[in-house]
Amino acid sequence: MRIEFLYWEDCPSHAEALARLRQALAEEGVRDDVQVIRVDTQEDAERHAFPGSPTIRIDGVDLQPEGVQGRTLLTCRTYVTDEGRLSPLPTISMIRRALRAHRGPHKEVNDDTRPA
Amino acid sequence: MTLALRERLIPFSLPTTDGHTVSPEQFADAPVLGVVFWCNHCPYVKAWESRMIALQKEYASRGVRFILISSNDPAKYPEDSFEAMKTVAREKGYPFPYAFDESQEVARRYGATRTPEVFLFDRSRTLRYHGAPDDNFENPDAVTQRYLKDAIDALLAGGEPAVTETPPKGCTIKWKG
Repeated sequence: MRIEFLYWEDCPSHAEALARLRQALAEEGVRDDVQVIRVDTQEDAERHAFPGSPTIRIDGVDLQPEGVQGRTLLTCRTYVTDEGRLSPLPTISMIRRALRAHRGPHKEVNDDTRPA
Repeated sequence: MTLALRERLIPFSLPTTDGHTVSPEQFADAPVLGVVFWCNHCPYVKAWESRMIALQKEYASRGVRFILISSNDPAKYPEDSFEAMKTVAREKGYPFPYAFDESQEVARRYGATRTPEVFLFDRSRTLRYHGAPDDNFENPDAVTQRYLKDAIDALLAGGEPAVTETPPKGCTIKWKG
């Protein structure tokens, strides 16, 4: 699984967001590395199709694609939580659900806890 | 440099989304006045928005007033244009003036850096609280420290806020240039 974490330093949510991503990966038994990409300039943003900080992509698919709106901008990003609240951060459950959805029913993950 | 505690309010006069002009002098009778740096696009602002509206409505009858100011450069962030500010204020039913600091001079004079960022003044218009509205932008039900509300209560009671300064938590103000 290719996991990308993109952030803009000016937006203060990135450290907590990365911690949540790592926690979600651990809870889902996913051991793939996280590629952390720092976006500093508008040119960086365009090169990475960066819609705002933080952005998490799993095999190129955005965690909440409806929040992307086709724009690239150095900005803080708004997520809509399961409770309908607006937040600068995705919740752990949102990340876990995205991981599971991407994994699908038949895709294998690195999970030593499953019986052989 | 950011306005320091116990320093005096810095006067300003700015156009508002309702077609008028706002200045702190218009609220000379208010026992507590909040100057809050704000904007449209920031998710921290969006997360705190309903709480700020509720707080203003709760304390309006006691004369407490907030003035919200957006100083962001709309050339870089079109979501923060004056026209977009008018739309948000109308759609959300803002119970406070929402002012556009196009020159960014007010933000610079206050030393504001983030949105949201609260400067709370007492009746004599000295700064008594500066910082975040509360300690949990993400979940109103998980708030344990209501900095702004507690400071308002303390000032209305003639006392000293228990917490007078917290780090503003939010997006950076988007400067021109």
